[in-house]
Amino acid sequence: MNQIKKQVKHPLDDLLRIDRIPHIWCPGCGIGTAFSSCLIAMRESGIDLEKTVMVSGIGCSGRGAGYVNLDSYHTTHGRAIPFATGMKLANPELNVVVFSGDGDLFAIGGNHFIHAARRNVDLTVICVNNFNYGMTGGQVAATTPNMAKTTTTPLGNPDTPFNLPLLAYASGATYVARWTILHTRDLTESIEEALLNRGFSFIEVLSPCPVNYGRRNKENGIDSLKIYQERTIIRNDAQPWELDIDFDRGIVLGKFIQTERPTCTDRYDNTCRPKELIEGEKGLE
Amino acid sequence: MKPAVLTGEHFMTGDVACAEGALAAGCRFFGGYPITPATEVAEHIAGRLPEVGGTFIQMEDEIAAMASIIGASCAGVKSMTSTSGPGFSLMMENIGLAICTETPCVVVNVQRAGPSTGLPTQGAQGDMMQARWGSHGHYDIIALAPSSPQEIFYLTIEAFNLSETYRLPVLIMTDEMIGHISERVVIPEAKKIKTVSRPRPKGRKDRFKPFEPGANGVAPMASAGEGYHIHVTGLTHDERGYPVMTVETQKAMMAQIMGKIQRNLDDIIRTEAYRLEDAEVVIVSYGVSARTSLAAVDEARDQGIKAGLLRLITVWPFPEALIRNLAKKVKGFVTVEINLGQIHLEVERCAAGKVPSFLVGHPGGTIITPERVVEALKESF
Repeated sequence: MNQIKKQVKHPLDDLLRIDRIPHIWCPGCGIGTAFSSCLIAMRESGIDLEKTVMVSGIGCSGRGAGYVNLDSYHTTHGRAIPFATGMKLANPELNVVVFSGDGDLFAIGGNHFIHAARRNVDLTVICVNNFNYGMTGGQVAATTPNMAKTTTTPLGNPDTPFNLPLLAYASGATYVARWTILHTRDLTESIEEALLNRGFSFIEVLSPCPVNYGRRNKENGIDSLKIYQERTIIRNDAQPWELDIDFDRGIVLGKFIQTERPTCTDRYDNTCRPKELIEGEKGLE
Repeated sequence: MKPAVLTGEHFMTGDVACAEGALAAGCRFFGGYPITPATEVAEHIAGRLPEVGGTFIQMEDEIAAMASIIGASCAGVKSMTSTSGPGFSLMMENIGLAICTETPCVVVNVQRAGPSTGLPTQGAQGDMMQARWGSHGHYDIIALAPSSPQEIFYLTIEAFNLSETYRLPVLIMTDEMIGHISERVVIPEAKKIKTVSRPRPKGRKDRFKPFEPGANGVAPMASAGEGYHIHVTGLTHDERGYPVMTVETQKAMMAQIMGKIQRNLDDIIRTEAYRLEDAEVVIVSYGVSARTSLAAVDEARDQGIKAGLLRLITVWPFPEALIRNLAKKVKGFVTVEINLGQIHLEVERCAAGKVPSFLVGHPGGTIITPERVVEALKESF
């Protein structure tokens, strides 16, 4: 009995608000896996967790902030990144992680994403891409594949989805990767790298939404995982413009970009602050 | 480091005085977006903040500007933004977030004539009702209306102090005329400026509940990165900050965000009286219109009308009790404002049919002259 009791504690319990479990995510949903990878990476990276903040927007993935036992902010729809920008610039000592969904970050929040990447604000942005708006019942998103069915595209999505790594790269992100929730080890390592990368880091995590997206596209939870296993290829050297998601030709995963560039705060300090003020602060350290 | 408080006598615009007031109050983060006639607030503070250890950022839009100052405030830094009508509309979403999450910050609206793009370079007072309830849902807000560059300096400090005391966004509802007029502004020594900071948590970190009211009815506020592991959400939440989707929690949270204002009206509401003691007719006004109303009081008195002025410095919460009391002893009210009747509606409501209430309004773009006010007084009483 004692042994069983000991096993009741999950290895991530310390990082979870246990009193808020069970979570709201549906059976078969991939967000929990992406979230776990994120928590493991936070712990393994060695960053000071007392100085680490999770910021989310609105949506299924946006609920992430509510379950992490760190300082956590669940903001308005699409606004996690500008909120996080203000927080990071006001206190550069904080490690600010944005954990949110594709609808939140790239439709309503798309403008904020490109500008934070352009400025190279030192944030880690993890986007769980489940190809639709899950929380509201499965509407078309900026990431929904062409011709996929959703409640607001009952005959198929006439539009083209974003290539998110290309968007991040073109906007100026200094770390860009894409994984699926099946590639948990790669994903966790990648999040760890992103947390340690000084600058705007972006990771797209492909994730099944069997209840909303899968149901309307003849793809159950297991089918999604099979696709992630059989129709993905890891190519770290792939060019960002080769990363359109095409389930027939295969989806390219990997760490595509890792580069150094002065951060928003670096540039601000060097450009706008009086020299004696920066040197004075260094002297104090 | 250069001084944050520019002690001395200056000749400056209202917009610049506002920025200097913010710095004197301890503002160290400004997230802005250009818009006439508020741009000069951002321009001035953009140069000043880095030299006093603060940070300025021009965000990609006003939605982001508002979000950024809430984020900065949650990191423990006093923060502000400034805008005008179109930007104020975009900020409404996150003003609601600051209300719900009880995050202190200051929003300056240098009003211009609307609706829509309206008259970008010409003043008005048409956003007063938007200030009251522009974000969705029911809430109370604090809005201050300065009548001069000197006053905007002081009221900006006051806005920060109220915001920090009661943990909510405080609005400075000024207008293009006050924002752009240049006048003498005297800035006192730093030690003579009273600044207030948010209530801070005491006791064990693991027992801290981020929305549990303290002694004065306001919850102490922990900043991100201090080890309290707080959760903050725009969802209806309990004292732990956890979302709870029940009617009971909604009631309790609403009682908290409304109650801290309603229980402290005496501390929050500021008005100024001019020749009001024996007045039979009360002019109610604020901002630039209160200045033009001053001359109207004197002129009306010269012409035999016993007029007085009640200048609203705090417009929201509305000084309801004061108007109700005045309604018992005066002949009537005239509200002077550069819109077609917004605060007038409140005065009329509080006069409650006891005495007549008239509007001297204007669709926007220019001031209301004292002559028009005197004419209205003569016609009405």
